[in-house]
Amino acid sequence: MSLRLTTAITLGRLAALASRSLGLGGGTTIPGRVARAVEPQLVRLLAQRLPFGTVVVTGTNGKTTTSRILAHIAELAALVPIHNRAGANLASGVATALLEHANYLGDLAGDLAILEIDEATLPKVFDALMPRVIVLTNLFRDQLDRYGELEVVAEGWRKALNQLPSDATVVLNVDDPLVAEVGRGVKGQRMTFGIEDERVALTVLEHAADARYCYHCGRPYQYTVVYFGHMGKYCCEGCGTRRLNPDVTAREIVLRGIEGSQFTIDGPRGSMRVRTALPGLYNVYNILAACAAAYSLGIAPETMERAIESFTPAFGRGERLQLNDRELVFLLVKNPAGFNAVLRTLLQGEQAPVVLIAINDLIADGRDISWLWDVDFEMLCGRVKGLVVTGRRAEEMALRLKYAGVEPGRIVVEKDGKRAVLRAVAMAEEGEKVFLLPTYTAMLQLRAILQRMGVVSGFWRQ
Amino acid sequence: MKLRICHLYPDLLNLYGDRGNILALVRRAQWYGLEVSVVSKGLGESVDPREFDLFFIGGGEDRQQRLAARDLREVKGEALREAAASGKVILGVCGGYQLLGHAYRPAEGEDLEGLGLLDVVTVHPGKAAKRLIGNIVIRCALLGGRTLVGFENHGGRTALGSGVRPLGVVLAGFGNNGEDGTEGAVCGNVYGTYLHGPLLPKNPAFADFLIARALETRYGKVHLRALDDRVEEEAHRAAAALALRGRPWGARVLAKISGRESARGKFDPQGRKAREESKT
Repeated sequence: MSLRLTTAITLGRLAALASRSLGLGGGTTIPGRVARAVEPQLVRLLAQRLPFGTVVVTGTNGKTTTSRILAHIAELAALVPIHNRAGANLASGVATALLEHANYLGDLAGDLAILEIDEATLPKVFDALMPRVIVLTNLFRDQLDRYGELEVVAEGWRKALNQLPSDATVVLNVDDPLVAEVGRGVKGQRMTFGIEDERVALTVLEHAADARYCYHCGRPYQYTVVYFGHMGKYCCEGCGTRRLNPDVTAREIVLRGIEGSQFTIDGPRGSMRVRTALPGLYNVYNILAACAAAYSLGIAPETMERAIESFTPAFGRGERLQLNDRELVFLLVKNPAGFNAVLRTLLQGEQAPVVLIAINDLIADGRDISWLWDVDFEMLCGRVKGLVVTGRRAEEMALRLKYAGVEPGRIVVEKDGKRAVLRAVAMAEEGEKVFLLPTYTAMLQLRAILQRMGVVSGFWRQ
Repeated sequence: MKLRICHLYPDLLNLYGDRGNILALVRRAQWYGLEVSVVSKGLGESVDPREFDLFFIGGGEDRQQRLAARDLREVKGEALREAAASGKVILGVCGGYQLLGHAYRPAEGEDLEGLGLLDVVTVHPGKAAKRLIGNIVIRCALLGGRTLVGFENHGGRTALGSGVRPLGVVLAGFGNNGEDGTEGAVCGNVYGTYLHGPLLPKNPAFADFLIARALETRYGKVHLRALDDRVEEEAHRAAAALALRGRPWGARVLAKISGRESARGKFDPQGRKAREESKT
């Protein structure tokens, strides 16, 4: 037993306590930062004590939801998973999560860690975690001011995966050509997933599609089916590169708007019809990713089925709250592909919805908001009952909506978060839904406002 | 009158909301009662300069920029040189700006030869060098000292030659190279800038300036009536306020932006005028 590890854990714990009692927030990253300053090998030393090892989930969209579904599956399989708090997915957040579940001797109160990791952080923590399963959800352009170019992120993944031991499994979304390309060279085991249902396809490639050109020969991919963004069935006529066949698939998908969906999952150990409360096609991908990872861990499909049916949405990702007899639905927005998927889902309802959009430009949101111009807000024209915009960049959001064809008189700009929520709620009839679409820090602010109004509990308890 | 726009490499060079620039041109032209067309020209497609009044080229990642540079040189170069010589408007943003210059030396790999329509050279000082990222505000002499606002994110440092003027001077941010206080470059009707965000929607005066210039080559002097730009001006002001926050001269610049707008009677978001009137 190392004295230094014990000291690191003790100080980390104290930092968590201090952070919370001083009201600095949930203490989701500071304890890890403190402990790693004392023992730089903290993550490695703790992770190697987990009897069932570590599962890492990374990608642009769907990390939080996928890892939480997987954690729920693991729980129903009688395992005790350790997972990091929603969004606390940098090295310090990972360290904090392990720390929270360690006693002073460094023994962990868990069987396996299920960690969502920021796509650019993956190479930095990969070596210390040596994951048993690594899930790659998708790759879209996101926060260019922070992550840099998509190619750079993909290259970081490639390098990290080269270190993977041969008994590890890489879980891949084959509908995303960028992700599939990263996985093509992997030495370890592969478990792939994708959608097999042309009825839920779009007619054309969205503007937010990023992988338009073949990685090998530079020719445009030919898509026979597009699900969203650049996800679909594709091939390259130049060099013959084509989508791999998925091991875990979804078919006969029935989307029920914000109410969720039903579909059939085919996997290596049979088929199951599932019903989920998670909205949108993007969540079908998240569920497939979690199931493919669960298969890699040897969990039975019956357990997955029960977990999917009983899973409730994660923090800010389809989460529902009640205020003045209106239902508030939180849908986090981070990038064009995700925003489009959210808009399409909320427009599937029978009534024209009330929508509140909250755009911040702090570091965690991405300081550059040019991506708003890549979102297809045009689809909102004439199909919403009310629109309120708020946040640090509310004015630019209003401008984007004007150029999307929404009449400026119909857009309410309200910089004050509380007043913005109340105005949106006032636009909806009793029993109707109000969709809150915030960027990351705007979501934390809106939640804090709702917390003060007595509607939600603190985010670190999530 | 008809405004004919050529959007170069929309699939390849579209990194920072570049579509918003085209959208701003199209919408504003429509609001002015003009006919407007947008034709996309991708890799391998030739361009007839006589068919267009305004060319736009956006920014892209290194790999995409390299593909575009080769195509510009081999397929479209002659046409664009002819267009520039006949006074057509050409606007390049970020990577597109770099390709309008003589050359771009990336962090890795061979130099990219540009079109040389702007007398500028861009050099990336290497992977270890800091990228120039952040909100930016410049003062633009072409627009009578008005401000342009945007966001910049570039590794390359651009040096201006004697054949160009800067588009503006930097009030907040980095600009061409983070050193000489200049931003962008202008030569005739060819314009290059690092301002994305995108540039034209929240700088409507510049969008209108380009539309007018583009029309003038075919129709002579045109006069565009004023549009209701309250939403645009407010986005402009908010972006400028965020970029200028904490700068000693920031408050003065902002007062000037707001002053100009309320003087025209178009811009009064907080009801300032109404409040003042009720006081008196």
